[in-house]
Amino acid sequence: MMLENQTLAPSDGYVTADGRQIGGVMMDLRNITLRFGGVEAIKDISFDIREGEIRAIIGPNGAGKSSMLNVISGFYVPQEGEVWFNGAKRPPTKPYQVARQGIARTFQNIALFEGMSVLDNVMTGRLRQMSSGLFSQALWWGKAQTEEVENRAAVERIIDFLEIQSIRKTPVGRLPYGLKKRVELARALAAEPHLLLLDEPMAGMNVEEKEDMSRFILDVNDEFGTTIALIEHDMGVVMDLSDRVVVMDYGRKIGDGTPEEVRNNEAVIDAYLGVSHD
Amino acid sequence: MSADFLYGIEVLINGLMAGVLYALVALGFVLIYKASGIFNYAQGVMALFGALTLTGIMSGQVPFAHLINATFGTHIHNFGWNVPALGAIALTLVVMVCFAWMVQKFVFRHLVGQEPIILFMATIGLAYFLEGMGDLMWGSDIKKLDVGLPQGGSRWVEDITAGLGGDDFYGFFIDKLDMVATLVAAILVISLVMFSQYTKQGRAMRAVADDHQAALSVGISLNYIWILVWSLAGLVALVAGIMWGAKSGVQFSLSLIALKALPVLMLGGFTSIPGAIVGGLIIGVGEKLFEYLIGAPFLGGATENWFAYVLALIFLVFRPQGLFGEKIIERV
Ligand SMILES: Nc1ncnc2c1ncn2[C@@H]1O[C@H](COP(=O)(O)OP(=O)(O)OP(=O)(O)O)[C@@H](O)[C@H]1O
Ligand SMILES: [Mg+2]
Repeated sequence: MMLENQTLAPSDGYVTADGRQIGGVMMDLRNITLRFGGVEAIKDISFDIREGEIRAIIGPNGAGKSSMLNVISGFYVPQEGEVWFNGAKRPPTKPYQVARQGIARTFQNIALFEGMSVLDNVMTGRLRQMSSGLFSQALWWGKAQTEEVENRAAVERIIDFLEIQSIRKTPVGRLPYGLKKRVELARALAAEPHLLLLDEPMAGMNVEEKEDMSRFILDVNDEFGTTIALIEHDMGVVMDLSDRVVVMDYGRKIGDGTPEEVRNNEAVIDAYLGVSHD
Repeated sequence: MSADFLYGIEVLINGLMAGVLYALVALGFVLIYKASGIFNYAQGVMALFGALTLTGIMSGQVPFAHLINATFGTHIHNFGWNVPALGAIALTLVVMVCFAWMVQKFVFRHLVGQEPIILFMATIGLAYFLEGMGDLMWGSDIKKLDVGLPQGGSRWVEDITAGLGGDDFYGFFIDKLDMVATLVAAILVISLVMFSQYTKQGRAMRAVADDHQAALSVGISLNYIWILVWSLAGLVALVAGIMWGAKSGVQFSLSLIALKALPVLMLGGFTSIPGAIVGGLIIGVGEKLFEYLIGAPFLGGATENWFAYVLALIFLVFRPQGLFGEKIIERV
């Protein structure tokens, strides 16, 4: 079944259920196929992410969701298909270059700098904003100094925003899981990304932590206008947060549309109820 | 105060000074190991190569002279100029940075994700290559390195400390070159620590040392950081090479200063900058004091070469993770 928004022209926007204006296509994935040896993790998938929206990717374990995020962030290079970003086809791009283009991410298994403090972790997120060169940095000259001060201020704002002031100086390795997830989000936000990719930001959290995280995600989208693509297993959360949902199963796309549409989609229901695939 | 006690203090001071230099050499290893997991066997040869290049540039030697002459039947050996020490050091640094770039471009870029033992083997290859390269570029004769550092014992220290003891004490004998070396090494060590703590490249270096994936995700180019750490290791090697070379001439044995860093690393851990510093000081003081108190009187002397390793081994048995390393608890 084809869904309503697929007929939308790339440059058109739409208005969400809660009245937010969504813009044109920012990230366009066209016929992506990704293989690991004999395993096809992604099979000919196309979908887009629009300016200002919260886009969810859902699907059972091993469906290829994380792989999809890794393709967007440059960690995986698909064998087939094209990635279009801001209206231009993206040539093969290294993960660090993708990051510098304003695409920040978190990881399913949390990838923080465990030995560094929360503050330092979040500061690394600002590397993109720091343009002073090696020598002025080494000698702590003019621009390097003002830059550091400005970035500290920006980082403190993010730390306040995510309510982690009390652990600013704590080495990340000592934090409990839920807080680590939050620090990882803080680091991603510090980059002031255009597109934020979150791989299961609420996995392993209790109800209260999930509520906090949902609130942060909505606030980020609302206050900074950040476009967000997230992977989530908790259907309740997905329904609450997202504007549009892509559903994957065994590397294929089996649904794409508003949460409402997806929930009533036959194939999606089958996939989640585990109807056999023959 | 008794003269014996005061001479003991003199030994201690000399030990501390030697320790700072050991710490510096060990830091060269730590920088690369932390950022890339590579144990750089070539660190000592880099010191030799740096010192060779410096003497070569200072005396206006033509690099690859032998090769050029053999190929073209020419007889050139010298440009006929002398480059002042500071200029030559700057040029040598450029050479070391080029070396860092080449190492990354032609070797380790292609070995990303390989087993540590393979990376280690690659650095052994690199060590012998660089040694041969040094020979080829600058010749294999022993050279004198004179960058204008003071030599000999410091009269000044001797005079003002002579009053501390009685008639049988003549003041501390402290070598001027050692003093300068200590000062330079200390400044370099402190600068490296500041650089890694308070600059964006330093932060990026620490980030890469901690988690490659995470570093990539915030826009850090691993390649760039690896060239940076190899360059810094080159700088450290050059400084160590200058200090040692000024003392005992530039010759192959200079590359053995790396051996002095190994016990320091065993003690301080391979990944800890404070560990390298404190470890260096402990080894420096330990080996000098042992020689003074036990080695020379009872064991016939010359214990300095092996005592550091015994100290490190004993330490290793009780604290395998090094001075400042986290305790490793196997998860089952
Ligand atoms: N680096 C890799 N090397 C080999 N196979 C991989 C790799 N990454 C993913 N895969 C395979 O690709 C398929 C999709 O994995 P992926 O992690 O994208 O699934 P997912 O939808 O994120 O699952 P989950 O909900 O468990 O996180 C799986 O079969 C997985 O084993
Ligand atoms: Mg996943």
